[in-house]
Amino acid sequence: MTGTAAPRLDAWAKVTGRERYAADLYSDRFFWSGAKRAGIPHGKLLEVHTEDAKRLKGVVAVLTSADVAGSNRVGIIRGDQPVLADKKICYAGDPVALVIAEDKDILQEALDLVTFDHEPLPGVFDVEEALRKDAPLIHEDNPWGNLLRLVSVETGKGASAFDECDVIVEGLFETPFQEHAYLETEAGWAYLEEDGGLVVVATTQTPFRDRNEMALALGIDAEKIRIVVPYLGGAFGGKDGITVQCLLGLAALHTGGVPVKMWLGREESFLASVKRLSAKMHYRLGVKRGGAFHTLECKAYFDTGAYAGLGETVMTLGLEHAGSAYRIPNVTIEGSCVYTNNSVGGPFRGFGVTQVTAAMEQVVDMAAQRLSIDPLAIRRINAVEKGDKNCIGVTLTHSTGIKKCLAALSEHPLWMEREGWKMKAGQFKKRGVGIACMAHAMGYPAAVPDFANAKIELTMEGRFRIYVGIVDMGQGNASAYAQIAGTILNQDQGAFELVQPDTGRTLPSGSSSASRTTYVYGNALIIAAEDLKKRILDKALSFFKTARSQDIVLGPGGIGHREGKKKISLKKVAELFGETERTCKAYFRVPAATEMMDRIYLGPHIIFSYGAHLAYVEIDTLTGCIEVTGYLAVTDAGSVINPQAYEQQVHGGIAQGIGFALSEEYKVTEGRTDTKSLATYIIPTAMDVPDMVSIAADGVEETGPFGMKGIGEISISGPVPAVANAVADACGIRVPRNPITAEKILQALGKQNKQERPR
Amino acid sequence: MKISFILNGKKKTIDVESGMRVIDLLREHLHLIGAKEGCGSGECGACTILVDGESRLSCLMLAAQIEGKRITTIEGLSKDRRLHPVQEAFVENGAVQCGFCTPGMVMTAVDLLSRNRHPSRDEIREGISGNLCRCTGYQKIVDAIEAAAKDMKEGDAE
Repeated sequence: MTGTAAPRLDAWAKVTGRERYAADLYSDRFFWSGAKRAGIPHGKLLEVHTEDAKRLKGVVAVLTSADVAGSNRVGIIRGDQPVLADKKICYAGDPVALVIAEDKDILQEALDLVTFDHEPLPGVFDVEEALRKDAPLIHEDNPWGNLLRLVSVETGKGASAFDECDVIVEGLFETPFQEHAYLETEAGWAYLEEDGGLVVVATTQTPFRDRNEMALALGIDAEKIRIVVPYLGGAFGGKDGITVQCLLGLAALHTGGVPVKMWLGREESFLASVKRLSAKMHYRLGVKRGGAFHTLECKAYFDTGAYAGLGETVMTLGLEHAGSAYRIPNVTIEGSCVYTNNSVGGPFRGFGVTQVTAAMEQVVDMAAQRLSIDPLAIRRINAVEKGDKNCIGVTLTHSTGIKKCLAALSEHPLWMEREGWKMKAGQFKKRGVGIACMAHAMGYPAAVPDFANAKIELTMEGRFRIYVGIVDMGQGNASAYAQIAGTILNQDQGAFELVQPDTGRTLPSGSSSASRTTYVYGNALIIAAEDLKKRILDKALSFFKTARSQDIVLGPGGIGHREGKKKISLKKVAELFGETERTCKAYFRVPAATEMMDRIYLGPHIIFSYGAHLAYVEIDTLTGCIEVTGYLAVTDAGSVINPQAYEQQVHGGIAQGIGFALSEEYKVTEGRTDTKSLATYIIPTAMDVPDMVSIAADGVEETGPFGMKGIGEISISGPVPAVANAVADACGIRVPRNPITAEKILQALGKQNKQERPR
Repeated sequence: MKISFILNGKKKTIDVESGMRVIDLLREHLHLIGAKEGCGSGECGACTILVDGESRLSCLMLAAQIEGKRITTIEGLSKDRRLHPVQEAFVENGAVQCGFCTPGMVMTAVDLLSRNRHPSRDEIREGISGNLCRCTGYQKIVDAIEAAAKDMKEGDAE
C-alpha cells in the first residue's frame, strides 16, 4: 500500500549479490574494448597512429573517427561532442581511438601503443577569461565565441529598485566542479544480432534518447538499435546521456558478432564523465527595514567545460531558482554558460539549483544579521505561498509548502535547543547552527514535453508484470511503481515482476532525472492499472452469479464476491483473456506552464518541492577542522508513497551535499585533473555524516500520484548554505567557496584575529 | 599455477595465472559477480570478501595469496536460501539503494559483528568507514547493522 514503509523489491537480489548490473555481463567468448583518451586539454588533431597497436597479438581492431559512419557527434542540444575526436581535442578526456582486444591486459597494452600527432592550442580554463575578446576559441563555429548561452530575466523594476531598499548585502560565491562518484563506473555490453540489430546493455539514465543519438552519430537506423538498462549502481545525473554507448555500439560493429564489453576504470570515469558545472555567482539582495526582500541581483557564470551537453539547461534551472523559495518583487538575473577546456559539465542531482541556493541562502543570512532579525524569522517573512509569484515572476499554482517546512523546523528540538547546545562547546571548540531553505522544480521545462507511457500485464500465471519505462539508478522508482499498482490492484508486492527499461520491450517515458520518475510514470501507471483492474473484474464476472462488477472484489491473488465465499484465482481469470487484452498501456503528460513561455529559456516550471534544513557544526579553532554533528531536513514533496524510500532520498542527498560542503572538489589545473581517484577526491565515509532527521511536511500535490511530487534532488541543495551559515554563526567568518576545508577556516580565523587585535 | 582454497564452503583447485587479482578470479573465472570493482585501488571497499573470516579487499589480492585459505563471498553468505541476519536487516531497514556497495558493505558488517557482537553506532560507523556508499548517507546501513546485532544469535556470525 502507498503511504507505508516497505522494503524495496530490488533489495533481495542486491543484498545477495545476484543482481546483474551492466558491468556484470560475461560470456564464454567476448572482447574487451576501451578508449585512448587525449590527455591534453586543447589541440588540433593531426594524425592518429594505430599501426603498432593493430600489430599486437590479441588485438581485434583499432578504430578512429574515420571508422564512424554517421555524424560522429553527440550532445542532445548542440551535438558538438565527437564520438571519436576528428578535427580537434577540446579536453583531456576526449577519446581519439577505440581499441578492441581479446582480454583486459592486451587492451591496456594496445591503448598504450596508440599515439597521435597534434598541434597544441592555448587553452582557456576560467569562465571570465573565456569571455574575453582575445580568448582562444573552443568551438570556432559557435557564433557567440566561448559563450554557450546567455540567459537573463528581469521582473518588476529590476536593479533600479535597490534605491528603495533599507539594507543591501552582497557577496561573490563560488562552487567547484563536483564528481558524481557513483560506485558503479560506466559500463556496458554490446553485440550484433544475426538480423543486423545492435543490442547495447549500458549504464544510462536515458535509453530512448540515447537510441536516437546513437543512430545519428553512428549512421545506423534507430529501429535497429535496442538499448537495455539494468538497475544502475548509482548515477545522480552522471549517466544522463551518452557515455560508453556509442563507443560500445561502434565496437560491436567490428567484432563479427562476438559480444564486446567496456567498463571504465575509476580514473577514466573521473576524467571522461560529466561534472556538476562550477559556478561563480555575484549576489546582491536589497531588503526593507522590516525584513521583506525587495530586490535581487544575481550575475552568474557556469562552466560547461568542453562541450554543451545539458550545460545550458543546468544553468537555466539554476537561474529559475536564483531567489530560492522567496517572494522578491524586483529581480535581475543574468547567467552566462561558458565553454572552457575543463571537464565537460552536465547534470548532477540538483541541476544548477544547488549552486545558486548555496549563494542565495548565504546572502539571506547576511541580510538577517544586518537587520538583527533571526535567520528563521526573515525566511518566514519572505517564504512563498501558493498564489505568490516566484523569483522569475511565475505564479505558483500548485502545492507550495515551504511555510509548513519552516514551521516544523521551528518546533523541532534541534532548533529550540540550539543555544544550549552551542553553549556546551568544549575548549578550543566553537559551535554554530545554520539553516537554509530550498525549492526544486519537478520535471522538464515547459517547452520540453514531459510524458510517460506505462505498461502493465496480467501474466498467464496470474501475476503482474510492470514494464518500467524509466531507469532505476538506485532511487527505487521501480519499486514505487509496484507499490502504486499494488494499491490499485490490491495486490501484495510479491505479485509483481518488474521489467527494467529496454527500448525493445518497455515504452518511451523519458529520462530518469529531474525529480520526475515516480510522478510521471506513476501517474501513467495509475491509469493503466485502473484499466487493467476494470478488465479483470469484467472478465471475472462470468465466474459469479451476478452481473454487477461492483459485487466482486479484486484481492491478493484472486477475485471474490463481496458477500459469498467463492474466490477465483487470477490465473483462472488470465486464461479468459486474449493475448493482447491482458496488457494495458497508458500515457500521461505532466501539466506544464502555458503562459510566460518566453520568460526563461525553454519556459518555466510550475510544480516545485520545498525544503528547510538545519545543520549543527562544531569547529576546532586550533586546527580548523569542521564536523557536521547534527542535521534536520524538513521537506515538502507532497504525500509520501514509501516513507523508507523517501528517507533514503533525503539522507543520500544530504550526505552528497555535506560532501560538497566540506570536502568534494574536482580539481582541474590547466585542463588536467588533480583529483584522479577516490584517494584525492574525498566523498563522505560513514564517519563524516551525522545521524540525520528527516521530516515530511504535511501536504498533498493534487496532480501527483497519490499526492506525491519529486523528492530525488531537493535535499542536496541544503547542506552547503546550511553549513556555511552555521560556520558564520559559530565564529563570524564566511567561506564563500566550498568545500569549507580546515585550511580555509584557519585562514579566515587568522584574518579575523588580525582585524580584532587591539591597537 | 595451481591453487587450492575453500570457496563458500567447497574445496576448489584451479589453475590460474599467478598475477591474477582475486576480484578477476571470482568474477571472470568463477562467475561470482557479487563482489564489485569500484576503484581497483582499495579505496571503496565494494570488492570486500572474507578470507578466513576477516574482511579483505579482493582487488588488492593476488590469486596466490588465497592458497589454503577459506574464502567467503556474498554468494556464500546465505545458507539454504535463507538470508544471513545482516542481509535480512539490510533489506528490512532500507540499507540498500543502488546496491553496488551492498555486497562489500554486508561482508564488512559480518566481519565487524564477528569481532564485536554489540557495537555502538560510532563503532559501526568506524567499522564500515572503509566502504564507500554514495546513495544512502550510511544512516540506514548503520541502522541495519545495529538491528542485525540485536537479532543475531551466537554462531550466526559467518
